[in-house]
Amino acid sequence: MNAAEHLDLTFAALADPTRRAIVARLARGEASVQELAEPFDLSQPAISKHLKVLERAGLVSIGQDGQRRPRRLEPKRLQEAMSWLERHFEIWEQNYRRLDALLEEMKREASTQKRSRR
Amino acid sequence: MPKPLQASTPSDREVRVVRSFDAPRQLVWDAYTKPELVKKWMLGPPDWTMSVCEMDVRAGGAFRWRWRNTVDGKEFGFFGTFKEVVALSRIVHEENYDPGDIGGPMSTEPAIITTTFEESNGVTTVTVDMLFPSKEARDGAMASGMTDGMEMSYTHLDSLCAAKAA
Repeated sequence: MNAAEHLDLTFAALADPTRRAIVARLARGEASVQELAEPFDLSQPAISKHLKVLERAGLVSIGQDGQRRPRRLEPKRLQEAMSWLERHFEIWEQNYRRLDALLEEMKREASTQKRSRR
Repeated sequence: MPKPLQASTPSDREVRVVRSFDAPRQLVWDAYTKPELVKKWMLGPPDWTMSVCEMDVRAGGAFRWRWRNTVDGKEFGFFGTFKEVVALSRIVHEENYDPGDIGGPMSTEPAIITTTFEESNGVTTVTVDMLFPSKEARDGAMASGMTDGMEMSYTHLDSLCAAKAA
């Protein structure tokens, strides 16, 4: 799988609110399928289906802890997706920094006008 | 100094960008809606200027933005229509990509861009929600924006090197 295909899988996996909530939960620490199912009011098979999508995208892995098979977040794919988004928006951020400077200028002008009106 | 923007993908057709500015909403609104102010900051990478910035900011009004590279003269732009304008709080517009001389496919269906302005304690948060006609359109727009950005940076690097060599 190439980088673009990885990104496709990552973004498709994260396009669902339940799966984003699962990722957010796992960011706080590993959890079993049962533990994951509880707060979502979903059946275990339904959660397992979501987990499979996340696993296929490489966002979640299955650990081994005695009898338990806890799910863990794999931050690498998430970081790849984030840095891809950030690279794209670098140009936007350059614009926004220019806008910061323009707003400072506008604030100064506004306060000068106020003073001269007094 | 304000924190850098935050980007996310709420669904597979959407991209959301959130950025806060250390200024009251009226000033941020002006900077977004007055062409003479927009031209001062919406410039992209070095060596690009806004050659066209026409905006009729009211429901049904049109806009046209074009950028020109000061080194090789190449241009590209966006154009479209304002669908909804609520002063100081919300702008919805349809946006089409005009590839100009830099290439990439002309968009067949517009993206719908919703920009909201919220102020709290003198800090204005701008949220830009971009809804694309399809996942492919979104990924295409993101990908070409990224490559353009890189290409623009390289062009800049080239001109810097050329200046040093001279």
